[in-house]
Order: sequence, then structure tokens, then C-alpha cells
Amino acid sequence: MTTIPGSAAQRREIGHAPFDVWRIREDFPILKQKVHGKPLVYLDNAATTQKPQVVIDTLVRYYETINANVHRGIHALSEQATQEYEGARETVRRFLNAADAREIIFVRGTTEAINLVAQSYGRTFLTAGDEIVISAMEHHSNIVPWQMLCEQIGARLRVIPFDHRGELSLEEYEKLLTERTKFVSVVHVSNALGTINPVRQIVDLAHRRGIPVLVDGAQAVSHMAVDVQELGCDFYAFSSHKLCGPTGVGVLYGKAELLTRMPPYQGGGDMISVVTFEKTHYNTLPYKFEAGTPHIAGVIGLGAAITYVQSIGLDRIAAYERDLLAYATAALDAIPGLQIIGTARDKAAVLSFVLDCAHPHDIGTILDREGVAIRAGHHCAMPVMQRFGVPATARASFAFYNTPEEVDVLVRAIYKAIEVFA
Amino acid sequence: MSDLRDLYQEVILDHNRRPRNFRKVEGANRTAEGHNPLCGDQLTLYLRVEGEVIRDIGFHGSGCAISKASASLMTDSVKGKTIAEAEALFEKVHAMLTTEHKAQADLDGLGKLAVLSGVWEFPARVKCASLAWHTLHAALQGAEQPVSTE
Ligand SMILES: Cc1ncc(COP(=O)(O)O)c(C=O)c1O
Repeated sequence: MTTIPGSAAQRREIGHAPFDVWRIREDFPILKQKVHGKPLVYLDNAATTQKPQVVIDTLVRYYETINANVHRGIHALSEQATQEYEGARETVRRFLNAADAREIIFVRGTTEAINLVAQSYGRTFLTAGDEIVISAMEHHSNIVPWQMLCEQIGARLRVIPFDHRGELSLEEYEKLLTERTKFVSVVHVSNALGTINPVRQIVDLAHRRGIPVLVDGAQAVSHMAVDVQELGCDFYAFSSHKLCGPTGVGVLYGKAELLTRMPPYQGGGDMISVVTFEKTHYNTLPYKFEAGTPHIAGVIGLGAAITYVQSIGLDRIAAYERDLLAYATAALDAIPGLQIIGTARDKAAVLSFVLDCAHPHDIGTILDREGVAIRAGHHCAMPVMQRFGVPATARASFAFYNTPEEVDVLVRAIYKAIEVFA
Repeated sequence: MSDLRDLYQEVILDHNRRPRNFRKVEGANRTAEGHNPLCGDQLTLYLRVEGEVIRDIGFHGSGCAISKASASLMTDSVKGKTIAEAEALFEKVHAMLTTEHKAQADLDGLGKLAVLSGVWEFPARVKCASLAWHTLHAALQGAEQPVSTE
């Protein structure tokens, strides 16, 4: 028999009023599924989140009733599609509290947003000998685009270290900022460790030296309210699919003043105003950065996803997940031979762990047979694994629709893995 | 539905706990590195080949139970075999790991390696079980590049 820490009363309090997680779960059709004959316990939300019915319905409604290209037609459908597409841009603007909707650029995802900035801003305003500062807990998508830029122009990458808990050292960060530093790009919430970084301070320290900052918000936007003006960052990137929206869409927020000075990233339709064979005049913001037919359905679906999470409230989501994380942390901590990787004091609901008797990949397979979906591997953050001296971790990452009861299932499944390998 | 015990058989758990030939080989004249980026499995193979015969073989590395047990079983089963015999075994193992086998005849000649016959039902784990064999193949071919299952 497995004992699970936390009283029944405590669990009830997490699971019910004022946050009715059971009501919320009804919005997600996939959560009713069985996997290997067991109820699905989906704890791989850092990889991608599930989609509520309203988002699925929005995609269907778009294709059934208003499908048309945007910004091009004079007919009714095109006007309606354009209206909804631009409406989603305004929804994103309000979501991030950007000053102006022209600062919201639709891209394919976080990865493309970072590549856009590295290439458009980086190749224009950085040169040989300049330095770019990132952190040691970046996702590969916030490492490789900068390495590519460094190779292209002869710039250098500098890395902010983190401590045994997985907290960045601001002291070391300050030391890295010199007259050579021309750009800072850091992750808001680490996908491998869950650490919430002090982005506001990171931005302030860079801005004091006139250095622009990009924040990778892929893991942040679904867990907390984000206000880009309050953070002060120059660029902010996130992916729709980690925020209950469709795949294939993401957002780059950039300050208008910077975006205006940056050249286009790709050429094609929509991003021009006048084309002759002698010269092309680029379109204004944000279209300058949206070459070609965008993922119209995806953008409108993202708008619906944002409206949905806002109807629950990001502050309520953050509070609920904080309780759920505390509950799950205590439950996993009590398992003999289990070590949690990433114990920052300010953490999102991500639990990376290793067992002394079983490899993460074996844990993943055994949990899967219990219906529990987690991720095992390096989480696209190989330097983080190297820092902790592990080849991989198992990672349970939570969303606001997960319950304490699901944590209990996870714990029982981990005991099952221990039973096989002990 | 496949059972977990089809995958984690006692023999596999034993080879995971106490891998055989888990050592560097003195006088090795063939080595190869294997890497499975997805799960972080990493393996170095050492072989001493005399003429056409694999006289000694050992490995080092870290990985999941399936990859470790598979490497352990592989080294046991190819030691003393000729290169041609080892390559033929590689083909048979590959077929066992990737296709459904209904008849016992499919597993004939595989000996102890047949304990890995449940792996094909776990597609995410086929790479773990085949890593050691791909690495062996590379070592026998004298490939210079580290092998990757990606
Ligand atoms: C922190 C972080 N940054 C960037 C990404 C890349 O996002 P996408 O693959 O949606 O472009 C991810 C996704 O795993 C992530 O977790």
C-alpha cells in the first residue's frame, strides 16, 4: 500500500472551490480518454497542452463558414476572415498588455520568433566581437539560433550559470554584461526545471547598459499573467500550442521602435507595399514580418484559446497550480530513491526527477502503461542535464486541468516502476 | 494488449543490473560510439578482431534498462563469432525488433536474444534495443562517425 502525503481535507481543498477543476476538465474532450485501458493522466503539458472544446469548435467553424484568405479579398468572406484574424491580434495584445497591436507578429512558434530576432535584429545590429548573453537553462531553440548568428557574424555567446537549485546567478549575470554585450536572451520559465526567472531584474540590468532583451515565454504564458510593459522586455516569444491553442502558430512581441528599424525576415506576399523589379517597398508593421498566407485558422484558434484561459483567469490558474505543485512535490519527495531536479524557490508546476534504480526512459514506459503520460529525456535542454550530471530526467508537467488525484496515480505508478527495478 | 513483463523480462532485468562484458577490452582494434539523443543513451564498444573472428568484446556507457541489457546480451552472443556471422545476427535481431513474429521459427537461432522479442510492441523503445547492434555494425564497418539512432 502506498501512502500519499497530505490529508484528504487538504486534497479536497485543492480540488474544489474556489477553483472547480472538475468543471474545467469537462471542457477538454481528450481528458475522457483511456490509454492502455486506464484513464488518461496527462502530465506532459510542458511539451504541449490539450485543447478545450471552444478552440476545436473555433477551428471547425472557421473552415466551415468563413474560410478565405486575409488582407486580399474584397468579398465578404475575406473581410470576415481578416476581421477575425486581426481581432486575434488585438486579443494577444491585451493578453500581453502590449502598447500597440502592431507590436504583435504572428509566426509559427517560439522557435521561429527567436530565429526571426536573431536573424533580423542580430545580423543588422551586431558585428564581429559582440557578445550575446543567454542562460544555462535555455531550451535548444534559444541557444542554436544565437550560435548560428555567432557563426555568421563572428559574435560570441556568453552563458549565465545557475546553482544547485536551478536558480540563475544574477551576480554572475551582471559580470557578463560589458560594453561588448549587445543582446540578452533568456527563458522566462525553464521547461526542464520549472524555474521562474527574475525577468524584470534581468531586463533592468541590461537596459541600464542599453542592451535589448528577448524573453522566451513558451512555458510562462500558460502559468501566469504576463505584462510585457511591466517586464520591460524588448521582445517576448511564445507558442500557441502550449497555451491550449492549435499547433503551428506563435507570437513574437517586439517594441515598435525596434521592429520598425529591423529588416524583414522573409520575403513574399503581404509583407510588401509596392513591388517593381527595381525596388520593393516593404509593408508597415506588423505585416512586414508576416510574409505569405499565415496560419489563419491557427491564429483565430489562438485567440479563442486566450479568451478561454482568461475566462478562468491567469491569477487563479497560477494560485491553483501553486497548490498542486506543492502537493505533488511533497508526494514525490516522500518516495525513497527519488530526487527532484530543479528546486528553485520560485517555480512553475514542472517536476523533473530521477530514480536511483530506474532510468527515466524505463520510468516513462512503465508510467505509460498506467495511463500516465510524462516526458523522459533531455527536454531539449542538454546543457541542463550536463549541469546536473544526469543523462536525462523524467518530467511531470502540470496544467490547470490536472488534479491532486492524478498526482496520486502518478505516485502509485512510480512505485510500480520501483517494484520492477528494485 | 502487451504486458509490461513482455518487455521487462527477468533476463533483461538481470543483464541491466549486472551487465556482462562491461569493460574496456585490452588491445581493442575496433571501437565505435553509439548515441541515442532522444533518451540520452550513450555507449562505447571495444572489439578485438583477429582475422575474421571477434575474439573479445566489451562496452561502457549509460542508458536505460533495455539499451544496457541489449548491449550486454549482444556482447555475449557475438563473442567468438566471425564478422559475417555477427552481421547475419544483426539482420535477424533487427527483424525481431521491428516486426511482429508469430512463429517460434522466427526466433530460431537467436538464443537468449529472443528475450528482446517483446520490444516491437513498444515502438518508442526499439531504438533503445537496437543501439548496441547499430554500434556493432559501425565498429565492424570501421565507421569513424559516432552512430546515432536519430
Ligand atoms: C522554454 C521553451 N522555449 C522554446 C520552446 C520551443 O517551442 P516551439 O517548439 O513551440 O517553437 C519550448 C518548447 O518545448 C520551450 O519549452
